[in-house]
Amino acid sequence: MSKILIVGQHADGKLNAGIAKVVAAATKIGGDIDVVVFAEHGADIAAQAAKIEGVSRALHVDRPENAHELSAILAPQLVALMQSGGYSHLLVPGNTFGKDLAPRVAAKLGVQQVSDIMAVHGPTSFDRPIYAGNAILTVEAPATPCVVATVRLASFTAAGEGGRAPVEAASVEAALPSHTRFVKLEQQKSERPDLQSAARVVSGGRALGSSENFDIIYKFADKIGAGVGASRAAVDSGYVPNDMQVGQTGKIIAPELYIAVGISGAIQHLAGIKDARAIVAINKDPEAPIFEVADIGLVGDLFQVLPELTAKL
Amino acid sequence: MKALVSVKRVVDYNVRIQVKPDGSGVVTDGVKMSMNPFDEIAMEEAVRLKEKGVLTEIIAVTIGGAKCEETLRTALAFGADRAVHVKEEGDIQSLTAAHALAAVFKKEDARLFLLGKQAIDDDANQTGQMVAALLDLPQATFASKVEISGDKAVVTREVDAGLETLEVDLPAVVTADLRLNEPRYLKLPDIMKAKKKPVEALSFADLGVTPSAGLKATRTAPPPSRSKGVMVKTVDELVSSLKQKGLV
Repeated sequence: MSKILIVGQHADGKLNAGIAKVVAAATKIGGDIDVVVFAEHGADIAAQAAKIEGVSRALHVDRPENAHELSAILAPQLVALMQSGGYSHLLVPGNTFGKDLAPRVAAKLGVQQVSDIMAVHGPTSFDRPIYAGNAILTVEAPATPCVVATVRLASFTAAGEGGRAPVEAASVEAALPSHTRFVKLEQQKSERPDLQSAARVVSGGRALGSSENFDIIYKFADKIGAGVGASRAAVDSGYVPNDMQVGQTGKIIAPELYIAVGISGAIQHLAGIKDARAIVAINKDPEAPIFEVADIGLVGDLFQVLPELTAKL
Repeated sequence: MKALVSVKRVVDYNVRIQVKPDGSGVVTDGVKMSMNPFDEIAMEEAVRLKEKGVLTEIIAVTIGGAKCEETLRTALAFGADRAVHVKEEGDIQSLTAAHALAAVFKKEDARLFLLGKQAIDDDANQTGQMVAALLDLPQATFASKVEISGDKAVVTREVDAGLETLEVDLPAVVTADLRLNEPRYLKLPDIMKAKKKPVEALSFADLGVTPSAGLKATRTAPPPSRSKGVMVKTVDELVSSLKQKGLV
């Protein structure tokens, strides 16, 4: 039977919303599912993980060095835990945190990692995207020593609440390096729904022309209670910060509704939105590739369409 | 200070790939190949560090068959001083690649290992992190800014929450993200000069590397297709279409 360990990423005292999706993926593999939180004081965060349906145990490993969840610090502790706990699988969210951490652990364990699991066929059989999601590879991973994988969050529905797992403090002995030090995190604090998990997302492209013009996107998003994203071109041009980028190498999202405004629909952008339930595109160019994937398309000038749409909704 | 830069030959990012109907893989015969765009950015960063006087030598490395030599010549045209070609055929996955690259890094006694954060063919995003683990080095991934002074590097990383800055001791591994820099256009004189720069060929055996057990690909399929959409002509039509589909 599988024994799965999930790393419970967190920030500002809250468990990351993606962890419930990783649990959902683990449930498809089957077996015991433990979530481990690395923090300075992780009991409250572990308690949040304990409420996710399907979790067997919520562990927390507390030490001051765990304050910023640095991969160099977490990896040796995870290696020790994987080995002492006899885990068959290590799963992490397929976001920047998990992508940075998992391969470091995989290499230490001598394991070829599976990146961005989209579907589970069995304990060692998975689907994953390649070529920006334009091909889907089914892979068979070696069962021993274990399986290490990142989970593509957009491909799974979050496990529900209703779990009542025990919360346990775990102590892990591991030599921790001093060669990596956290300096700072600059983040945009926003009242809007988080882009990675929002049910509705409106994205703007380079056609907006300036960061001031993005106001019409924000106004529209606020009218319909949506999160806001952007194409790579808009970020490169400095109209919006990098954490709003949607695409192959930015955020991969799966909202109920995705509205692409002034976005041409390059292969790399489409990679980030393929799992959206409904895609709506507004673009001046009738030949824009975005119209090939849109469920509803409107050819028009966004500077006229968007204010009118905001008013009429 | 010596830097090792890893570059990979991949299907060009503009190509619309085709999945073979028998499920055995993606069509690559006759398809345009280029240096992985993220590795171009890593190469560019190394050259800028050399121009600033931080690096004294840049060694480019690739793992693959004979055709990969053209990728090394591109790296040399960028400004690498010499290159190492780990000549091996077949599917080389991240862990095996990491063992080979770690061996080259140790052999060259380099201080900085630069490469793209992911290759746009397999999108694995693992190799840099694995090399760091195998050598017990710091890793600073998804870098959008790198500053080196003395024995340390201060790296700004693009993460989900925004921009994270780390300080790491050298030697270290840095993986390049999109906005680290904009690679230069290669000029004909540099391309000509690159033909004369030395390329050393090595095998896994030369490096003491045995390929690791990898993932077995059992099937390659196209992604699920979306049903055809509709075009509307006015905002009013858009609003009623959205309402009719229960989207607003």
